[in-house]
Amino acid sequence: MNIKRRQIIRGGLAAAAAALLPQPLLAAVWPQKAFESKKVADTISSLTGGAAVSEDGRIAIKAPEIAENGAVVPVGVSADMDKVETIAILVDNNPLPLTSSYELQGASSPEVSTRIKMLKTSDVIALVKADGKYYSASKNVKVTIGGCGG
Amino acid sequence: MAKTIKMRARRGDDGVVVVKALITHPMETGRRQDRDSGDTVPAHFIQKVVGEYKGEKVFEAYWGTGVSKNPYIAFRFDGGEKGGKIKLSWVDNLGQSDSLEETIQ
Repeated sequence: MNIKRRQIIRGGLAAAAAALLPQPLLAAVWPQKAFESKKVADTISSLTGGAAVSEDGRIAIKAPEIAENGAVVPVGVSADMDKVETIAILVDNNPLPLTSSYELQGASSPEVSTRIKMLKTSDVIALVKADGKYYSASKNVKVTIGGCGG
Repeated sequence: MAKTIKMRARRGDDGVVVVKALITHPMETGRRQDRDSGDTVPAHFIQKVVGEYKGEKVFEAYWGTGVSKNPYIAFRFDGGEKGGKIKLSWVDNLGQSDSLEETIQ
C-alpha cells in the first residue's frame, strides 16, 4: 500500500533536484528534453526555460525557398548581434522540431551552416540567445519530397 | 575506424577563421524502416561536435536526429592564426567518436 506513495515521493524529490541544478551544468550536456519535445512551443520553452522570445530582424536564415529533397536542406543562420551565446535551428513540422543547437564560445562569430532533414513544408525557426536574451526569426521552406524516415 | 572527417580551415583577410567540415555518418533517426526486413533501424546519430583551437573550445554543436546524413558543418571564429591547428571531434549516441586536426590556411 505504501509503494505508490514512495514512488510519488521519490518522483517529487527527483523533480526538485533537477530544478535545483545550476544552469551552467545543464548547459554543458546534450539538452535531451529539448531534443525529445514533439511540439515546437515545448522545444522553445525547454531551451529558454520559459523566458520571453522576441522576433528580430537581425537574424538571417539562409535556406532555399523550395527544397526538392527534404533529406538534405542546406540552412545557414547568422545573427548581427553582440554577445551571441547560442543558436538553435528548429523545424516546425518535423516529428522532433529541434535539429541542432550551437554553443558559440566567446571568440566565434555568430554564423553557422549545416544541412537538415525536413519531413514536409514548414517554417524553419532560428532561436538565438544573445547577452542573456532570446530572439527568433523564421523562414518558410517548401519541401517537395520529405526526408524523415521511410 | 576509417577517417570520418574532412575539414578545411581558412583565415580570411578580416581575421576570421572559417571552418568547413564534412562528416561521414548515417544519422539514423530511429524512425526509418529497413526496406527488406521491415525492421525499424535503430537511432544512430551524432550528438556533439566540438571545435578546439590551441586546446580551447571555440565551437560546440548539439545535434539531434534532424541533421542530415553525412553532415556538413560550417562555423567561424576569431583569433585563429595561419598555420595554427584546429581540432574537430564528434561523439554519437552509441558512444562512437572520431577527431581530426587540420592546419589553418
